[in-house]
Amino acid sequence: MSRKTLIAALLPLATGLAAVPAWADINVGVSLAATGPAASLGIPEKNSIALLPTTVAGQKVNYIVLDDATDSTTAVKNIKKLISENKVDLVIGSSTTPSSLAMMDVAVENETPMISMAGSAIVVEPMDAKRHWVFKSAQNDAHMATAIVEHMTNNNVHSVAFIGFADAYGQGWFKEFAKIAEARKIKIVANESYQRNDTSVTGQTLKILAAKPDAVLVGAAGTPAVLPQKTLKEKGYKGAIYQTHGVANADFLRVGGKDVEGALLPVGPMMVAEQLPNDNPVKKSALEYVKKYEGVHGKGSISSFGGHAWDAGVLLSNAIPAALKKAQPGTKEFRKALRDAIEGSKNLPAAHGIFNMTPQDHQGFDQRARVMVKVENGTWKLIK
Amino acid sequence: MDLQILLLLGQDGLTNGAIYALLALALVLVFAVTRVIFLPQGEFVAYGALTLAAIQAGKLPGTVWLAVILGIAVVLIDGGLALKSGNLKRLPRIVLGNLGLPLVLLGLISGLEAEALAALALPLQILLTLGIVVPLGPLLYRLVFQPIAEASSLVLLIVAVALHMTLIGLGLVFFGAEGFRTQPFSDGALEIGPLLLQHQTLWILFASAALIAVLYVLFERTVYGKALRATALNRTGARLMGISTTMAGKLSLGLAAFIGALSGVLVSPMTTLYYDSGFLIGLKGFVGAIIGGLASYPVAALGAVLVGLLESYSSFYASAFKEVIVFTLIIPVLVWRSLTSHHVEEEEE
Repeated sequence: MSRKTLIAALLPLATGLAAVPAWADINVGVSLAATGPAASLGIPEKNSIALLPTTVAGQKVNYIVLDDATDSTTAVKNIKKLISENKVDLVIGSSTTPSSLAMMDVAVENETPMISMAGSAIVVEPMDAKRHWVFKSAQNDAHMATAIVEHMTNNNVHSVAFIGFADAYGQGWFKEFAKIAEARKIKIVANESYQRNDTSVTGQTLKILAAKPDAVLVGAAGTPAVLPQKTLKEKGYKGAIYQTHGVANADFLRVGGKDVEGALLPVGPMMVAEQLPNDNPVKKSALEYVKKYEGVHGKGSISSFGGHAWDAGVLLSNAIPAALKKAQPGTKEFRKALRDAIEGSKNLPAAHGIFNMTPQDHQGFDQRARVMVKVENGTWKLIK
Repeated sequence: MDLQILLLLGQDGLTNGAIYALLALALVLVFAVTRVIFLPQGEFVAYGALTLAAIQAGKLPGTVWLAVILGIAVVLIDGGLALKSGNLKRLPRIVLGNLGLPLVLLGLISGLEAEALAALALPLQILLTLGIVVPLGPLLYRLVFQPIAEASSLVLLIVAVALHMTLIGLGLVFFGAEGFRTQPFSDGALEIGPLLLQHQTLWILFASAALIAVLYVLFERTVYGKALRATALNRTGARLMGISTTMAGKLSLGLAAFIGALSGVLVSPMTTLYYDSGFLIGLKGFVGAIIGGLASYPVAALGAVLVGLLESYSSFYASAFKEVIVFTLIIPVLVWRSLTSHHVEEEEE
């Protein structure tokens, strides 16, 4: 063996020894979309990870945060790196559905539990051997879609036009919404799509107006959701306009201004934590997060996405004590114990709702995880 | 589809088309003078809009720092070269020309209180915005394209792609991931028959027409414009006549930055713009420029308006396929171009 190969053989060993911290530490890998198209999701998530407890049950917890730039290939690279180099016990990520789906395979291969912050139900459904290791802290789109349909039926809406992103978000919403709306006898009279970066939706709007719907649902996320509502109002549309929970951040209100007044949408209860009645089971846990986040980033800075990262942390912190009883961090047994403990989360209050995990349901929220709000005077107003 | 919808869509298409036309002109100009397919053109749109939005929010836009830092880099390089050749007399001009305006604007904006900045009259805010974004053009030319001015157009294109990526990344750092909308130039709308024209729409059409007229005069009547045209026609010949190709390059990128920033300022009240919005807008201008063969200004402008109209009508008929329809347009155009025009292989070294 030449000297060179000897060094080459020893080097990883030496660096490996240096990189592995004292065995007591719990390492949590985080991959999120801090840049790229989903940066408005990833940035508050990153901020919230920084607020998570660094000691749980007397054990130090290290968070290793990587940016996947809203790119599923990078997300896979990240999780490989987190598992092989940082020897993480659990992975939180990613912000979007495509990245989460891509990361899943690596997590399963290495038997590492993973908590996704993405919206689509396909991350945890249908339950199979792969999704055995995967949990999700964000509400499924279906949770939110039922809230909208419920509000529509209560308010005598019989026909709805849909305009959404020409991507997975818009299409996914249309599918969920159409399924539930059909069951409740609401007619969908138009289905239009547009791009996140479009500068005009006049054509789509005119077509919607021609269909004369009772209400319009905008299936878009973040500030791009302002454009259809603004154009509809400009062209004289008088019916109700529904938005999805993807718009629930301060920037939507800032950009939308008076154009988005009156918009109806479902949100996680944390967005209106202070307006919740005192007997609401989510109020206390939601306020805890809101106060922490606003304490650092200023009033009105919260967004639902940050809440999903926080809730992933809630699941983790709740599971650690039970897992510690079974095995030491950094081992395969600990990861398995951690997974089992997360699956056993019962009546766990978080910022967005109450987790009740089962072997079949790795999301765990129920109807307590959403409320309907209306945009009034530039703020979210809870509809009682 | 009735007449009113037809008219409304036409008006929408014209408004967008006017912006694409401006960008198409800038692309043709830069390509003709420097042989660079200037992909970062769209970034100037986003920078212009977002810089104005930052000013209106009373914040110091990050683009000022970019201008200052680029200015310092150019001063260091050019100053170093001047020192080496012992040409000390040029130093003050180098410093003033590259760093003067950015520094003055930096001092001016950071000197103002946030409220005072936000309360400035709109024309002043726009002037500030242009003052910040336009110098980026010549500075970027000096740093990025001038050293490789004689490279093949493929190399120039690759560098342009790299610059585009860099500017998008910087945009995210400066302005964050969320979009902004600026205040309209004037509120209200004008009623003509069945049409309701927003004032901002009129501003866009008017400003585009005016800018095209100004560009025409510039190219036909002024020495600088003629120098640009000469460089575009024949670089070597222009140099022999004493026209500095470096100056022509800087000037064309300065114009491109001006057109881009102005387009951004014009559209930002109509729609929400993001740090990465510019690319798609620029790309549609590019389709227009391709229709003009990257050479003819009037055809490029008409092509861009056509893109705007096509986009508007296809968003009505088949919104899911809008982009497909718009960008597929490029294929028949290229086929037709390659069949009708006499193709000259580019000389490679």
